[in-house]
Amino acid sequence: MEVIQSEIDVHSPEFKANKEAMLSSVDLFRDRLAQVKLGGGADAISKHKSRGKLTARERIEALVDAGTSFLEFSTLAAWDMYEGQAPSAGVITGIGVVSGQECIIVANDATVKGGTYYPMTVKKHLRAQEIAYENGLPCIYLVDSGGAFLPLQSEVFPDRDHFGRIFYNQARMSAAGIPQIAVVMGSCTAGGAYVPAMSDENVIVKDNGTIFLGGPPLVKAATGEEVSAQDLGGAYVHCEISGVTDHFAENDEHAIHITRQIVSHLNKKKAVVMKTMTVEEPLYDTKEIYGVISKDPKVPYNVREIIARIVDGSRFHEFKAGYGTTLVCGFAHIWGYPVGIVANNGVLFSESALKATHFIELCEQREVPLIFLQNITGFMVGQKYENEGIAKHGAKMVMAVSNARVPKFTVVIGGSYGAGNYGMCGRAYQPRQMWMWPNAKISVMGGEQAANVLLTVKMDQMAAKNQKMSPEEQAQFKKPTLDKYEHESSAYYASARIWDDGIIDPADTRRVLALGIAASLNKSWGEKSQGVLRM
Amino acid sequence: MKPQKITRIAIANRGEVAVRIIKACEEMGIETVLLHSEVDMGTRAYRMATKTICIGPAPTSESYLNIQANIDGALAGGAQAVHPGFGFLSENADFAQACMDAGLIFIGPSPKATRTLGDKVNCKALAQKLGLPLVPGYQGANQELKHLIHEAERIGFPCIVKAAAGGGGRGMKVLRTKEEAGELIESAQREAQSAFGSAQVFLEKYLDRAKHIEFQIFGDASGKVHNLFDRECSVQRRHQKIIEEAISPSLTPETRKKMGEAACLIAESAGYQGAGTVEFLYQDGEFYLLEVNTRLQVEHPVTEMVVGVDLVKAQILTAQGEPVFNSKNPMIPRGHSIECRLYAENPYLGGVPSTGVLGKVEWPEGPGRRYEYGFEEGDEITSFYDPMIAKVIVWDETRPRAIQKMIRVLKDSVVFGVHTNIPYLIEILSHPEFVSGEMTTRFIEKHFSEPLQVQVLTEQEKQIAEEVAKQLAPTAAENRIISETSPFQTFWRGI
Repeated sequence: MEVIQSEIDVHSPEFKANKEAMLSSVDLFRDRLAQVKLGGGADAISKHKSRGKLTARERIEALVDAGTSFLEFSTLAAWDMYEGQAPSAGVITGIGVVSGQECIIVANDATVKGGTYYPMTVKKHLRAQEIAYENGLPCIYLVDSGGAFLPLQSEVFPDRDHFGRIFYNQARMSAAGIPQIAVVMGSCTAGGAYVPAMSDENVIVKDNGTIFLGGPPLVKAATGEEVSAQDLGGAYVHCEISGVTDHFAENDEHAIHITRQIVSHLNKKKAVVMKTMTVEEPLYDTKEIYGVISKDPKVPYNVREIIARIVDGSRFHEFKAGYGTTLVCGFAHIWGYPVGIVANNGVLFSESALKATHFIELCEQREVPLIFLQNITGFMVGQKYENEGIAKHGAKMVMAVSNARVPKFTVVIGGSYGAGNYGMCGRAYQPRQMWMWPNAKISVMGGEQAANVLLTVKMDQMAAKNQKMSPEEQAQFKKPTLDKYEHESSAYYASARIWDDGIIDPADTRRVLALGIAASLNKSWGEKSQGVLRM
Repeated sequence: MKPQKITRIAIANRGEVAVRIIKACEEMGIETVLLHSEVDMGTRAYRMATKTICIGPAPTSESYLNIQANIDGALAGGAQAVHPGFGFLSENADFAQACMDAGLIFIGPSPKATRTLGDKVNCKALAQKLGLPLVPGYQGANQELKHLIHEAERIGFPCIVKAAAGGGGRGMKVLRTKEEAGELIESAQREAQSAFGSAQVFLEKYLDRAKHIEFQIFGDASGKVHNLFDRECSVQRRHQKIIEEAISPSLTPETRKKMGEAACLIAESAGYQGAGTVEFLYQDGEFYLLEVNTRLQVEHPVTEMVVGVDLVKAQILTAQGEPVFNSKNPMIPRGHSIECRLYAENPYLGGVPSTGVLGKVEWPEGPGRRYEYGFEEGDEITSFYDPMIAKVIVWDETRPRAIQKMIRVLKDSVVFGVHTNIPYLIEILSHPEFVSGEMTTRFIEKHFSEPLQVQVLTEQEKQIAEEVAKQLAPTAAENRIISETSPFQTFWRGI
């Protein structure tokens, strides 16, 4: 297979300037990660620990096999939302290995507002379940939550994808043979009570764990009965009287020990077998990606330089290299797994769309996972292109992407604008995971374009009244739009709202993709239904 | 008493002291019957005893504190004698009496001696009669609040209020001013009532720089009381001893002699037989008799190490009416011995109990090292009883060397599965005030009132931990369904 010959000079001033710019983005990203990883802060943590509890992160560390990876999702969820009161949206989710089996772990962080569910908490929990369902991963819920965040009840309770969906998902997954395991390490009040109740097998921790539909204050208000939390729904009650729980644990550590034993008895087998190669690092250092990406988004670079720093041995078997050249397609391996890569290298033309459609069908036929590297301003516009039918060619690409059943993974490495986002497997096209680099932008179009569109409309209206705008007035008119787009298109704005599964360090791209592929082997991908159409 | 050979002893206790008694019995060719509760089947004593009899469920009131159940068990097991160990029924004169009534030898003092010395009121009355120094205080029957406050003023603040029937630190409070005295006395009375069934309290002068020094005494079958020298137990947390040593680093030979004589005098005048301990407070060269413990003590091994005796064996021999200790060979303490109590608790959470199943356990052997333990790998430390896993005892020629040895031994001790107080003990042993030997009973309160700070691993330690984890990983291979080359098989926390 062909080794990509890098043409990057790592000693050039451009490379150094790019690297410096990217490093400062990555540093900012790391700082913010470190900030939210403190959860509810030192006081809340020390209060939490005084009850003999482990923190959510400590629980996960204890649960997963020693020396294995944990692929965390949406760490920066709710970033800059809810007045900064909900770091990571108060719940930690990810894929970790428990007793040799990849599992989805959902751990409430009770140091954040008692682990209550903000709208983004619900969304993050549901997203983790969606990942579990698509990939056939057993779910482990480390429950320590006061239920819905009451001040925002209208945004967490009534709709389809609100709180109730959690239990619907548990029921559907259980029926689909995806084990549901709950570990009650704190409160499970009201709706929350259904997390353990709807689980296949569950554990409860002495003293700290409680499950009830109505807590002692509610019971007193409703019936006048006075009862302690433990007598109402503690570990003894549920293990010995009610049977709501199956396993009694002395403390958090013990509960985790029992949970690991539960997983060891799941009898899960890998559903997909791929022809893998020996794992090989890329020929070029993955950290060189920092210097490859232009610090000015208007300056183009060759996306093959990025591919060379992601794939095994930097080997890339390119497909239709000379046709539709603004899109790069080809086969490679990541961590020994075969992959098909679709990467933007300029604006999308009809040819690029046709090439992508053909290539996606190849990957479908060969059962090769697809990787989309998004850096796209959109499809080409203008009379020539509309007349040659770019809309129908673009539609073919969207059609192929939508119906591909092989696992798809999307990384936004630059801009993600307009219909380009659709063709390149944006969030709506259900990639197994979607990641953003810290420098990435996402919006319906670029801020400059949007401001210009609005300005043109305005100036047309004024021209009809014989009015004109001075260049200063034009700049002033454009400013609010530019500012709004700048703010709303940032990766942090997107990640906060869970439009992706998280921001990643570009140097980790290869690893993050490999982990996603490894997890996708737990559930059959389904049957292919159609041959390859030559476009 | 006519010598009577005992061939089978019932043990009304559990844990490491049960093991200690079984070992002494084994050496003497005596069979043992372990009287245990339902949850204590997975313990070392259970595995070692000749016979085991379950006497009731886990709660102590239904098993280890149930006199009739213990008597029934001892009789059913065909024992001639009962060893009560320490704690539980060991200082209960009614139990001693019940044993005698059932025709069993109670290995310990007579019920009468226990009633005289074990009861704090009677003990102090006797001490007063003998002219022994007591901590200024009030033990009167008038328990009216007004009167108690008046007495507190007479004694002088600070003073202490404690339950007449209590032990340990239950119901004990320090009164610092007249204003707060009323409230604290009432609260102590309430606690005493709920813990011991009697609201009666004592008042006593609070010695704020006092050391806890106690004398091991032993009354042999002939009525002679031997002085087996002192132990210092000033390192206490909430009135529970953590580290004990023999002999105290603070006594001059003259004071030691005077205190030893006082201890023997009170025991002899009560007709005391067997192992007992006379506790003193010691401050500014003065000593005050505190109380007498009419039993073997948890910390008895440090005395055994420096004096060269076997107290449990001596107890059994005395119960058989045989002589102990060669009086032609006067006892002289030699070297220094320290005991640390290893608890299953989390030192980083201020010592909350850490129960669970023990993983690998290993005690580093070597000269002058002794381990008393009741639990081994696979045994469970439950929340029903005291979470002590083991006692670690060392002996060396001098106190500094004994401290050095203890620190090394603790560092080399392996206990997996539960948290232990080992890091806490090491910090205490390394503290300048402990090293100097000047610590008082307020040592822990003064220097260790906060939970230990969690240690940050060095880069090298982290690497070692990761490497160990990596090497251990394949042991779960049978269960592993992710492949060896899966990216999940590498440690990564990049997000």
